[in-house]
Amino acid sequence: MSISTEPQASPPGASTRGRPSRQVGDRVFAGFATGAGILILLMLAGVAAFLLAEGFPAIVAPAEDVPGGQGFVAFAWPLLFGTLLAATIALVVATPFAVGVALFISHFAPRRLASGLGYLMDLLAAIPSLVYGLWGVTVLAPATVPSARWLADNLGFIPLFAGPASTTGRTMLVAGLVLAVMILPIISAVSREVFLQTPRLHEEAALALGATRWEMIRMAVLPFGRSGIISGAMLGLGRALGETIAVALILSGLGIITFNLISGQNSLTIAANIALDFPESSGLAINALIASGLVLFLVTFLVNAFARYIINRRSEFSGAN
Amino acid sequence: MAKSIEVRDLNIYYGAFRAVEGVTMSIRPAQVTALIGPSGCGKSTFLRSINRMHEVIPGAYVEGSLTLNGNDLYAPGTDPVSVRRQVGMVFQRPNPFPTMSIYDNVVAGYKLNSRKASKTVTDELVERSLRGANLWNEVKDRLDKPGAGLSGGQQQRLCIARAIAVQPDVLLMDEPCSALDPISTLAIEDLINELKTEYTIVIVTHNMQQAARVSDYTGFFNIEGTGKPGKLVEMDETKTIFSQPREKATEDYVSGRFG
Amino acid sequence: MTTSTSKPAGTVGAGEVGPATSSPSPGKLPPRAPWLVVGAVASVAVLLLFVGVSPALVVIGGLAANILGICLWSRLVEGRRAATDRMVTAVVATAFVIAMIPLVSLLYTVVSRGAARMDAAFFTNSMLGVVGEGGGAYHAIMGTLIVTGLAALISVPIGIMTAVYLVEYGKGRLARSITFLVDVMTGIPSIVAGLFAVALFQLFFGPGIRLGIMGAVALTVLMIPVVVRSVEEMLKIVPNELREASYALGVSKWRTIVKVVLRTSVAGIATGITLAVARVIGETAPLLITLGAVTGVNFNPFEGRMSSLPVFSYYSYVAPGASPAPSIDRAWAAALVLMLIVMALSLLARLISYLFSPKIR
Repeated sequence: MSISTEPQASPPGASTRGRPSRQVGDRVFAGFATGAGILILLMLAGVAAFLLAEGFPAIVAPAEDVPGGQGFVAFAWPLLFGTLLAATIALVVATPFAVGVALFISHFAPRRLASGLGYLMDLLAAIPSLVYGLWGVTVLAPATVPSARWLADNLGFIPLFAGPASTTGRTMLVAGLVLAVMILPIISAVSREVFLQTPRLHEEAALALGATRWEMIRMAVLPFGRSGIISGAMLGLGRALGETIAVALILSGLGIITFNLISGQNSLTIAANIALDFPESSGLAINALIASGLVLFLVTFLVNAFARYIINRRSEFSGAN
Repeated sequence: MAKSIEVRDLNIYYGAFRAVEGVTMSIRPAQVTALIGPSGCGKSTFLRSINRMHEVIPGAYVEGSLTLNGNDLYAPGTDPVSVRRQVGMVFQRPNPFPTMSIYDNVVAGYKLNSRKASKTVTDELVERSLRGANLWNEVKDRLDKPGAGLSGGQQQRLCIARAIAVQPDVLLMDEPCSALDPISTLAIEDLINELKTEYTIVIVTHNMQQAARVSDYTGFFNIEGTGKPGKLVEMDETKTIFSQPREKATEDYVSGRFG
Repeated sequence: MTTSTSKPAGTVGAGEVGPATSSPSPGKLPPRAPWLVVGAVASVAVLLLFVGVSPALVVIGGLAANILGICLWSRLVEGRRAATDRMVTAVVATAFVIAMIPLVSLLYTVVSRGAARMDAAFFTNSMLGVVGEGGGAYHAIMGTLIVTGLAALISVPIGIMTAVYLVEYGKGRLARSITFLVDVMTGIPSIVAGLFAVALFQLFFGPGIRLGIMGAVALTVLMIPVVVRSVEEMLKIVPNELREASYALGVSKWRTIVKVVLRTSVAGIATGITLAVARVIGETAPLLITLGAVTGVNFNPFEGRMSSLPVFSYYSYVAPGASPAPSIDRAWAAALVLMLIVMALSLLARLISYLFSPKIR
């Protein structure tokens, strides 16, 4: 083999030709990468800082200047209540179904069907929330009117169904159900992902003991996937808390505190209230809306931090490596 | 041109952990030097320190000196990148670039550094390197096909072609045959024999027959226990190591009495 | 089934009750048993519907009867454990069917209601001067494309470089805090991102400001964490061996990253970016408060209000004006277009990952 056509690479230290430029390239590239990371730090600091700067005036303003005339807490508390109520309904309704769907796709459906179904659920998770909102107000809301009337007539002693039932169906219950339909694909996708990661060995160990499919799922899949379900539910909860337009389409702006889910007089969520009021607001009202956004940010942050904590704890305990 | 390597009192650290301690050896030019020893004894770490590949792990550094024909590879201001251009490496598992054709894999060392080279020059380089790696006849009709489509043994020879296309002075091989079947192993061993006229070769192997077959010199590394640094126990001509080693530990190891 | 006995399937008839043997699993239902129960329940349900029982009651009762039916039958023939297994299977399948009902209804509604205005005018006309019938979403479609494109233009380079930093360079406090903050950003509600843009621009340009670029900034806040996360995942699965192979050829680190690491994962990165675009293109809330709405075409994101598909759809629905029907039709059409764009992007993502992933042959 001949190596005469190319000059020998210069020995290190003997010549610096070509070397410094490489180091400059490395340094510049590393600088860009680090800079991008720092930019994200600054950006989030910016989000917090600007929201605080614009929200603060409403928090310290005299009570009578804040919309509602009773100070910021009285303004924000009913909205926070509505936010939590809608998200709770969504979570309670969606989680069992989402787990069922995830289990069905991961362990019950025929394999050929399963990948198609999984893809379908991913597609559904990507549908804009506006579409869910339009569907909710046009299809679901009218469809719930008879049931709501029945609930008010027969189960009216329960505060949740005290009634009188709304005639349009634009109720807290429908808002919660639309949110449930919306977050179902998200929770289901996360849970399915974790169920599919169940170590094959564990599953086969259970089967080899003569377990039925359900016993295998209870012994191997669910213990492994429990934290996946929880973190998926928390992600869904985060989405439901922050969802704006679907709720804004369904609920009208009253913003009172009530557990009555089926009446036309209902609570409103923080996000929906911002969307409904912002275009017509000015002055301190804008500051109040921004401050309520800050409250929403804090709540979702706590929920997400909890989800992250669960996920991290799982990665420590999974032992699958 | 093959070059010699001189190692003096080399200690290799990963952070606070000393992985290899006090290695002193001379690696002769245009010869094959095999490094043997039990798992975890630091022979691979030592091999990687010859082209500063161990620095890929954060916190790794060395003490002592390592020179290539008298040039200190660890001199201040020496770019590890330029060291690696002179000291090529072949890995345990064949690792052709999956996004590149066979042709592009061979000239990767040139192309990745954006060196401008005319088609005729690279054509010649590809043929020469593939011939050098005994792969030309098998792939000359499908140079534009993905390198990942070759068999394991062919992939490993492709990786050798890729390494020698940069025209290094030294070729390091980290258990190059451990992922291959016996026939592919034989092909690589034949290749090593041919390559040593042009390159200084250092090979780490777990297979003592292989060390005996391909190498001119053999170094035996050992470790006293977990958490202790690996050391070079003995180094000599291969036939000496395998017939009458000076150290008891070496004799135990090459004759299969260890552990 | 996992409880299979060694008995050949052919000997088990549909009406056969478990033979009295001492075997631990006394019998086995025919393979079609679940479908037989479904069929029986369905025929009873149809009968009840004809009699005039409320459909909601029939559906709920039917689903419950189906689960109980298979459970009881199996309990009699196969024993307790198998019955539990059958019941769970039925419950899970039922949950799946129930969960699919709203989703199918949603798809059907959007397609059927939106199809009314899938005409050329919808894609070529704006709403300038339109009252009642006619008009289109040209201005909104262009607005959505411009704003989303701008957002992608800002967030893709920052996102990719941040992911490169986290995977290839990052260690210590800075990397940990960036990872943490990206997590935090993932959870920012979209309306809060919109408020951020408002607060930011309001500080410099005074209250009431509405600009295309404000919407892009809001979408950027939402898009960056998605890009960072997906690119990070992709870079992590590039085998270290490839980086080492490149280093061993004397290739510098940045060229290794650009030409080996990023090149190897380009399919996954493109897929992730496409999905990130799909995620933000349907965002309504932040655009509602940053872009405002306008009836005419505005191509300049740095001046004046802009329209966008989701906001156009929203306002067409909630503020339809004097003659509601055409406006509500436009709202559905815009929603359908939006959904089709999102689905097309998801399909495109699939296609990219199929076409550009490293090939063997």
